[in-house]
Amino acid sequence: MFKFDKLVFGDAGWGDEFLIATLMTLLVSILSMGLGLFLAIITVWAKIIQNRITRFIANFYTTVIRGVPELLVIYLIFFGGNAVVMSIAKVFGYNKYIELNALTIATIAIAVISATYSSEVLRASYLAISKGQIEAARALGMNKFSIFFKVISPQVIRHALPGIGNVWQITLKDTSLISVTGLVEIMRQSRISSNVEHSPLTFLITAAILYLCLTTISGRVFKTLEVNYSKGFST
Amino acid sequence: MIEFLNSIQNSLIYKNFFLVLSGLDNTILLLLISLPVGFVLALLFALGRVSKIALLSRTIASYIFVIRGTPLLVQIYLIYFGLGSVKFIRESFLWYALKEPFWCGVIALTINTVAYGAEIFRGGIQSIEKSQVESGLSLGFGKFLLLRKIILPIAIRKVLPSYGNELILMVKATSLVSLTTYMEMTGIARKIMAKTFAPVEAFIAAGILYLFLNFLMVQFVKYLEWKYNPHLRLNN
Repeated sequence: MFKFDKLVFGDAGWGDEFLIATLMTLLVSILSMGLGLFLAIITVWAKIIQNRITRFIANFYTTVIRGVPELLVIYLIFFGGNAVVMSIAKVFGYNKYIELNALTIATIAIAVISATYSSEVLRASYLAISKGQIEAARALGMNKFSIFFKVISPQVIRHALPGIGNVWQITLKDTSLISVTGLVEIMRQSRISSNVEHSPLTFLITAAILYLCLTTISGRVFKTLEVNYSKGFST
Repeated sequence: MIEFLNSIQNSLIYKNFFLVLSGLDNTILLLLISLPVGFVLALLFALGRVSKIALLSRTIASYIFVIRGTPLLVQIYLIYFGLGSVKFIRESFLWYALKEPFWCGVIALTINTVAYGAEIFRGGIQSIEKSQVESGLSLGFGKFLLLRKIILPIAIRKVLPSYGNELILMVKATSLVSLTTYMEMTGIARKIMAKTFAPVEAFIAAGILYLFLNFLMVQFVKYLEWKYNPHLRLNN
């Protein structure tokens, strides 16, 4: 029933494969979290500037993606993404077949999902900054860039860190869905190994333990960051 | 105008829509069992979590920790592929349920929602003001009456918005059960995609249905919030 001796490193076991798969999960999570935060900043900007069209587009995006299962979004981007990229390339006069690799598609798909959650967190923390701060910065003659980088961002980070930590956990767990696209991360690796060794229980439990480690360790990291960023902040 | 209507009726999305719709009952069936069972169990687990019996509280805390720290997909696979590979389970009465992807899905979804729900309800129970419990005690309420008349109504009412979020996450989570060959909406959309090679049309049709389902869920939660917060209504 259990074949935990198959988890040794080297040719006899799956240990090294699982290590690489864990790194792949981490890589996809970090890349898509980063891209997601970038998309989230754009979404928040589209929501807070007084423009009906951009606000409608941003609201439509967050409502639809949050109302549709993650698996469906991944399928849509995985199976439909190539066609979209090719039709865009056609506009620029490039007619050959393009295939995005699995990592790119995985990153984009998870980022699109994670950005909707991040944008809600960032928007709430932006609204938590008192208006006087921005007005004071303006009165000092700061331009838009320095207001954003020196006044808004540090405070938004401080307010948003707990929420961003939650989004990170969700993103980390969502990467398990990427296994349907064939990218070899923890989930996919455990399916491959259990098919070879005919012992699903062993490798699925391994996968569960690896995910548990990742979420626990990153939870600790975020706790430390929170303590760091709320220095001199009375709470 | 008629030409336009005809073109809609002949479009792939329109045809797929009704195909995917035939999987709606399977999706709803998953929810109809796992949500009520999950609600009741989550309440019980939350009470156990805040109880003074250390062993019970610790056990539930570690259960919540494990379930919330692993992806739902791992849990579904563990129950569907993992338990099915164990010999004595295959020979026991459990096998009648575990050989069906449907029951595996229901069990996995319930286990998952109980962990998240228990944590939400725990927050609600712990946020109740002490004075309200004390006034109940001063009226001579027993433990059970206190729970039924004061603690649970206030706690549930307080956490309705976050429990509503969890309900919507559950609607979305049902799509993962399709990976165990259970034919609900995502499974059917996947089958259509494989047959027609038109992924976008198939998944958009399914997406519209999920959005609709979630819209109904949001309205249901809003109604509950309105019903159980009479003191917050503007015009009464």
